[in-house]
Amino acid sequence: MADDAPHDNVTLASVHQSVPHDSAIRHVTGSAPYIDDLPEPRGTLHIALGLAPVARGQLVELDLAAVRAKKGVIAVLTATDIPGKNDVSPSLGDEPMLVSDEISFHAQPVFVVIAETRKIARKAARRGRIEAIPEAPAIDVADALETGETVLPDYAFQRGDIEAAMRAAPQTLDGEIDIGGQEHFYLEGQIALAIPGEGVDMHIHSSTQHPSEVQHIVARVLGVPDHAVSVECRRMGGGFGGKESQASHWAAIAAVAARLTGRPCKLRLDRDDDFILTGKRHDMRTAYEVGFDDAGVIAALDMEHLVRCGYSADLSLGVVDRTMFHSDNAYYLPNAAIASRRLKTNTVSNTAFRGFGGPQGILAIENVIDAIARTTGRDPLDVRKANLYRTGRDITPYGMEVFDCETLPPLIERLEETSRYRERRAEIAEFNANSRIIKRGLALTPIKFGISFTLKHLNQAGALVHVYSDGSVMLNHGGTEMGQGLNTKVAQVVADEFGVPLARVKITATHTAKVPNTAPTAASSGSDLNAMAAKIAARTIRDRMAAEAARRFGVEPDEIRFAGGQVSAGSSIMPFNELAKTCFLERIALSSTGYYRTPNITWDRASKTGRPFFYFAYGAACSEVMIDTMTGEMKLVAVDILHDCGISLNPALDIGQIEGAFVQGLGWLTTEELVFSPDGRLRTHAPSTYKIPLASDIPEHFRVDLWDEPNREDAIYRSKAVGEPPLMHGVSTFSAIADAIHSVAPGHPVKLRAPATPEAILDALDLQRGHGQHRPGG
Amino acid sequence: MRRSLRFIFRGRVRELAAFDPSLTLLEWLREDMHATGTKEGCNEGDCGACTVVLARAEAGRIQYSPVNACILLLGQVDGAEILTIEDLAASGTLHPIQQAMVDQHASQCGFCTPGIVMSLFAAYHEAERPVTREALGDCLSGNLCRCTGYRPILDAATQALAGPADDAFSRATGVRYETLAALADSRDVVIGSEERFFAIPAKLETLTALTTTHPDATLIAGATDAGLWVTKKLADLPRIIALGRVHALREVVDSETALFLGASVTHAEALPYLARIDPDLETLMRRFASKQVRASGTVGGNIANGSPIGDLAPALIALGATLHLRQSDTDRDLPLEEFFIEYGKQDRAPGEIVTGLTIPRLAAHQHFRVFKISKRFDEDISAVLGAFCVSLEGRIITEARIAFGGMAGIPKRASAAEAALVGASLDTPHDWMAAIKALDADYQPISDMRASATYRARIARALIGKALTEIAGARSQTRITSRKTKEAAHGG
Repeated sequence: MADDAPHDNVTLASVHQSVPHDSAIRHVTGSAPYIDDLPEPRGTLHIALGLAPVARGQLVELDLAAVRAKKGVIAVLTATDIPGKNDVSPSLGDEPMLVSDEISFHAQPVFVVIAETRKIARKAARRGRIEAIPEAPAIDVADALETGETVLPDYAFQRGDIEAAMRAAPQTLDGEIDIGGQEHFYLEGQIALAIPGEGVDMHIHSSTQHPSEVQHIVARVLGVPDHAVSVECRRMGGGFGGKESQASHWAAIAAVAARLTGRPCKLRLDRDDDFILTGKRHDMRTAYEVGFDDAGVIAALDMEHLVRCGYSADLSLGVVDRTMFHSDNAYYLPNAAIASRRLKTNTVSNTAFRGFGGPQGILAIENVIDAIARTTGRDPLDVRKANLYRTGRDITPYGMEVFDCETLPPLIERLEETSRYRERRAEIAEFNANSRIIKRGLALTPIKFGISFTLKHLNQAGALVHVYSDGSVMLNHGGTEMGQGLNTKVAQVVADEFGVPLARVKITATHTAKVPNTAPTAASSGSDLNAMAAKIAARTIRDRMAAEAARRFGVEPDEIRFAGGQVSAGSSIMPFNELAKTCFLERIALSSTGYYRTPNITWDRASKTGRPFFYFAYGAACSEVMIDTMTGEMKLVAVDILHDCGISLNPALDIGQIEGAFVQGLGWLTTEELVFSPDGRLRTHAPSTYKIPLASDIPEHFRVDLWDEPNREDAIYRSKAVGEPPLMHGVSTFSAIADAIHSVAPGHPVKLRAPATPEAILDALDLQRGHGQHRPGG
Repeated sequence: MRRSLRFIFRGRVRELAAFDPSLTLLEWLREDMHATGTKEGCNEGDCGACTVVLARAEAGRIQYSPVNACILLLGQVDGAEILTIEDLAASGTLHPIQQAMVDQHASQCGFCTPGIVMSLFAAYHEAERPVTREALGDCLSGNLCRCTGYRPILDAATQALAGPADDAFSRATGVRYETLAALADSRDVVIGSEERFFAIPAKLETLTALTTTHPDATLIAGATDAGLWVTKKLADLPRIIALGRVHALREVVDSETALFLGASVTHAEALPYLARIDPDLETLMRRFASKQVRASGTVGGNIANGSPIGDLAPALIALGATLHLRQSDTDRDLPLEEFFIEYGKQDRAPGEIVTGLTIPRLAAHQHFRVFKISKRFDEDISAVLGAFCVSLEGRIITEARIAFGGMAGIPKRASAAEAALVGASLDTPHDWMAAIKALDADYQPISDMRASATYRARIARALIGKALTEIAGARSQTRITSRKTKEAAHGG
């Protein structure tokens, strides 16, 4: 599809262009306000939290006299002060706002201090004495397997006759991989400002990906109808899934505090508390058995994910389902059993994180592919190619046909060429033969990522568009801006619908009073859903305007063109703003909502049938690394990525998503290590101990190209979702590290845990050398 | 004596005669001045979202230093101009750094962006601008971005740092220098009461008089650690004595045989001098914390603080450094390793101050290596840091000084391993085994969030092997990043 082709009579001027993020100039001048930057309403109070001293136990006594006595403290709240329900969970009712008796994880909020300043509140909170009878906590997967407790029932799906296929397979292998969690580390921490209104009304400024859920949960804890609560979010300083369900708790506390004091109340978590109190990417132990032939083609895969979910269900249903949905990645598994256990631990409840469980599934299967390659002696890339979905081998373990399965093979071929994979493979072999201490590794790994919420009802969106009588346009939709450029993309679509310059479209804060009952901005679906809803809203207004223009020009409405700020038909022409004024005078409505729901989604979880995804996004990455076999240190040498965004709505923003996601995936699998002590305290709760990538971790050779092929499904202007999929390009780096480790004793699968810290690499080297001849590494 | 703090903000000289001694610069900016362009990301000096620039007249030019406002105490800005993100486009047009950031699509969520712009703004006014990827990485080592993956930021930096400096600041250098120079008086400054004060003495005698009168006062140099006592432990520091303006503590004496660094010399200032001792020391200093912390933190503070890791200490112990202390008017010297008694305990009396360090230069027969092992290459605290100074006669080791950080409660010499190496040959790796085994007698490391005890012990052994392999002359590559050559280091 050519870029200049008309799309239902729209002339594309902004769509497909690399226009800058709508807030770019505000960002670089420091004039983009985040919630803590807003002027505080008169009388604003500040909140700090009192936290549980044990990971598991019964609360027996709460002595808060010293807290209350501190000068400047206005009020101290406990669970009994909550006017509505003591529950901030997204669904199952298993997350109290404040502990009333049972403590479920270390540092779970127990009481709330409200004071004149944040400093007073924080100091006072530390004066509280919380007495609890401790019980033995379950901290990691091994502990949870012992207790056998889960937050949700086990779930599995299967295709084919796994046992027969495994028996018939020429070769089988089994193995296990430990996959670490990840802290979101959005730069703007969790924050909410609650402002009481008249009667029981409450207005909330929340840094959230899900304003509607914040609204519903605030209404629940206040015991008021949803209509009494409005939630607003102009922008977040990063989200990455960490503000999908995790923002509600702080908004709820601020709202209760505001209700009880009658004054505006702000809760901003200090960074350490943010680490300790909010959920992370699920860590898991994945075990598998795989049967394959001598060429490495898989006949059967039996895989089980043992997942640490934390103390409550939160979003673990969807997250772990997505791990299962991506346990095939891009590979045809004719016989497969994919199982999962959602283990309950006395740790913070794990939650959404970019990829939503998918990355763990993809890492696991790529690890299996590498193991097959080591066993058969074939190049891992050849084993990958031999197992790709192809026409005729295109049904997933969950029964969906991969209808666009021919996208990936040529994409991989192209990257194999442009990255010089084969030449570098030879160069690296030669380097390694002559280098005793330093070893290099190379890997090229693909991605297939399913787009849509697997909870069907979330695949809907609303928008509200106004054209004012001066021809300026106000745009509102249910999506939230967390840096990804969603507002920019949606504005591009609306500007082209009206044929006006982008600057004419005003982007406004997401607000539950403007667009209700919205889905979270998550699952990479922000543009797919909201741009479509906004386009529909704009089209409604445009059709009305076109009818008026047609009446004036004496032509048919479908002859009317909106382009370049003008409305025209043949030689008849008038400025858009003049037509807007005319419509107002003619009493034509210039405001409309728009509503969109994703078609063709039919997944039914109970019967395990139907189609969970609207389409797939594809990509591939090639990483080269260097490791020090004496110390386990690692350096990423080069990265090449080729990624499929369909026909990109905005190539600059999409490349930004791809690069940023890759680096986040790189961090997840290399330097970012979450360490809990046996008593359940998070030991890595600040940037001093939890290390996300820095500029110097990025290789000079870091090339990202877009695969320019239209989405076969009718997504907005044939683009594809891009937020999450490229995170999994980080798997190529992990696999390249394993490749370097493999070189010390070839022919055996590498057992490397994620994240591949220097210590993990050194441990894997030990195991590898143990397989081979005794070759002292230095 | 001056009784007020004096600095420039928004183009005007400000005089503050009263403020809470433990007030941070970030609190003052955001809460008192309502200047919210500067963000709080971590409140511990690690993420750089709060980066602002302090400009001072120094040695004939204006020095622009990036600092973390979250852990800098307001009192530390005396004599400086505070430049924040709001100052850069004051004229209405974007600064070249800002324009390049927009051009390259280098912001996404935008929360880290003001800090990144300010770090690059400081670089824009450096005498030698960072242009290589390595130098740019170093320049941004204290700025975390979670969205972009840094590539567009690095491209923006490359674009903006290409030409000569041409902005509102460079065009007004003359008059700005005069204004800043006029601020930099050499009067002692004490603000507050006997009970609560922030003192910034300029004269050594005033400093020692103050420490004698107030032995319980908190001494701060860069406050890159003390700042955290305020922001994280919520400590109230009622009496603070800042060492940064005492002239005698700011001295550097570089001779043929030794380098003297005054205790208040910052890491940034010390770096080029240390680089001349050995290129590994330059690499170590570049990996030491971040650009912002190195601009505030001092050599003396890093030692006096007594961290068990303290990257500088093991390296300087291996080099045979001597520590200088002063109490009242009594000076004393001691070998650096003897300063560290046990975890949290140093050989320093109340009221006694560290005045400086003397570091001998390497002789021709001495070889030095230092290795830092951490999860992340830049801005990380070592799991293990090993420093080695080996004296040779031909190919035979005549003396070895080995010190490790992260292996004990203090930076500590490996006495048993050192002894075992004497007489060993560089050409017989088997000779090294005794030293490697002796490490078990020298250290009983612990497990923590950075590494396990087992890993630490293994790494210590491996690093002895690596140091000797390199000194012996390895045929193939020994590191993932190559050791800088002496020439390259000298040029720095």
